[in-house]
Amino acid sequence: MPYEPVLLARINKPNSNKLAGYRADGGYDTFERALKEKQPLDVITQVKDSGLRGRGGAGFPTGLKWTFLPKDHPGPIYLCVNADESEPCTYNNRILMEKDPHQVLEGIMLACYAIRSQCAYFYIRYEYGDGYRSMQGAIDELYAAGLLGKNILGSGFNLDVVMHRGAGAYICGEETGLIESLEGKRAWPRIKPPFPAVEGAFRKPTIVNNVETLACVTQIMKRGIDWFKSLGVPPDPKNPRDAGSYGPKLYTLAGHVEKPVCVELPMGITLRELVETHGGGVWKGRKAKAVNPGGLSMGFVDVHAPLKGEDGKTEYDIPLDFNGPGKVGCLGLGTAAVTVIDDQTSMVEVLHNVCQFFSHESCGQCTPCREGTGWMLKITDRIRRGQGRREDLDILVDVADRIGIMPGTTICGLSDGAGWPVKTAIRKFRAEFEAAIKSGVKSQYAKALNVVGAH
Amino acid sequence: MPALSEDLKNRIRAFLPKYPRKQAATLPALHLVHDELRTVSNEAIVEIAEILELHPSEVQDTMTFYAFYKAEGEKLGKTRLWVCRGLACMLRGAYELIEHCESKLGVHCGQTTADGAITLEFAECIGACDGAPACLRNDVHVMNVTHDKADKLIEELKLR
Repeated sequence: MPYEPVLLARINKPNSNKLAGYRADGGYDTFERALKEKQPLDVITQVKDSGLRGRGGAGFPTGLKWTFLPKDHPGPIYLCVNADESEPCTYNNRILMEKDPHQVLEGIMLACYAIRSQCAYFYIRYEYGDGYRSMQGAIDELYAAGLLGKNILGSGFNLDVVMHRGAGAYICGEETGLIESLEGKRAWPRIKPPFPAVEGAFRKPTIVNNVETLACVTQIMKRGIDWFKSLGVPPDPKNPRDAGSYGPKLYTLAGHVEKPVCVELPMGITLRELVETHGGGVWKGRKAKAVNPGGLSMGFVDVHAPLKGEDGKTEYDIPLDFNGPGKVGCLGLGTAAVTVIDDQTSMVEVLHNVCQFFSHESCGQCTPCREGTGWMLKITDRIRRGQGRREDLDILVDVADRIGIMPGTTICGLSDGAGWPVKTAIRKFRAEFEAAIKSGVKSQYAKALNVVGAH
Repeated sequence: MPALSEDLKNRIRAFLPKYPRKQAATLPALHLVHDELRTVSNEAIVEIAEILELHPSEVQDTMTFYAFYKAEGEKLGKTRLWVCRGLACMLRGAYELIEHCESKLGVHCGQTTADGAITLEFAECIGACDGAPACLRNDVHVMNVTHDKADKLIEELKLR
């Protein structure tokens, strides 16, 4: 039986972003019931017990994060919604914001009730103009309906949701970079501790949650823990630190697939099935060579590399749960944004594009990241110009293995993320890089982009 | 002659009650000014700082972090057209599209056409990967941009 979507259940309805339709589908009933019947702690407990892990990339248990807030704090406590979705090739949050903003807002309202916050800042990247207007329209409807503002539904609970637009910087997706940016400063990530739960926005306790995570909160409170745990993958009994990969997940497909779409599936589908069944396979009848399993900073999967101990299977057969990509040397599931690279594409070109991104988006605060991403770009650029040197590949791996890994040398995870695609690409496709260096062939794009790069 | 009209200043002031600190209205203020005046001049920075009770250097410091804003001496055209160069778009022809737009408009990325109609830019991934290669028309996604579609879009923007 095919899986029936829950998070995306409403997106194809006419006017799916309007309050009337959302209410007709039972929307905000869960929030109203929580206000009347549940204590904030009950909501935290239900989210914690569901096993929900954050959907933004790191997979940190959401309910547990909420419990890090100081007890009996006089307030204010803030919720920051991370809608900066800037990890390349990721667009699942955009679909939710544009098509079903009320599902996200109900999750925000439940979360704020749980953590006793009266103010949520919704930090959305500037490039999502339609998402911004859809969310703002939904918020305006809620104020008019008395579901936001003071003394909501006579419960004594007050809540404001404020939309705040970014200005085109990837680093604002890092939670403390987001907070700095919200405060009107350079989006330079903060040294932790203190973590935001203790001292975050405006030096007050703050929870930062991703958009899809909050949509999951809505559904967990509506459908219950058993429903959520009936989907996905339970914890690995051999790994005591594994918290499991429960629930539905929005996977996005991009690159060389026949159908680049966002699909909702229970966590744990294999990469092969996702691409071949839901993405319609590789485009133009070609074969896949590499796949990026969850946003660029996760690294690359070699579709043809055999999976150790599993006869006949390859890296293409890994499950897309929180543990799957890690089994083949990738950083993790990340944003579950899957990008396919076909067999006629040069990995040199791909890696150069990746390095270009991280070098452009490094905030410049920490030396290993600023210099490391810059040098990785210079070296990959040299290789694509046909001027690669024999030692370049070892230097790249050496840099990628070190930046962001040594504790205390960088403040946030950007440089670690910048390293993974480099080290996985070169380790898994070394022969192709060596051949490119040996042949000295110049990329057809090298000239055009030199001018662009001067911007 | 002040850089910001009283109306614009009032729209900036309207953001202040939303935050516990006035400095938090820096990005909203910069967006308002930038959208309307197509640049944030030094004088505008001073006036924003007055409203937010900051030193102008604080506003300047924040603004220059975000390469998004055009500062004194630079001015956006009527429409800002971004072409995405993220991996998902690159795999589906973004580099060719950038080159096509540059030659069609006779400018490089970061520059504005002589008639002031269009500022062309490249963008890092704009999250429109289901419509790659994609562009951003100010802040609205344009999906599946073939060279033909780009030509038509450019013609339309030139007439605005």
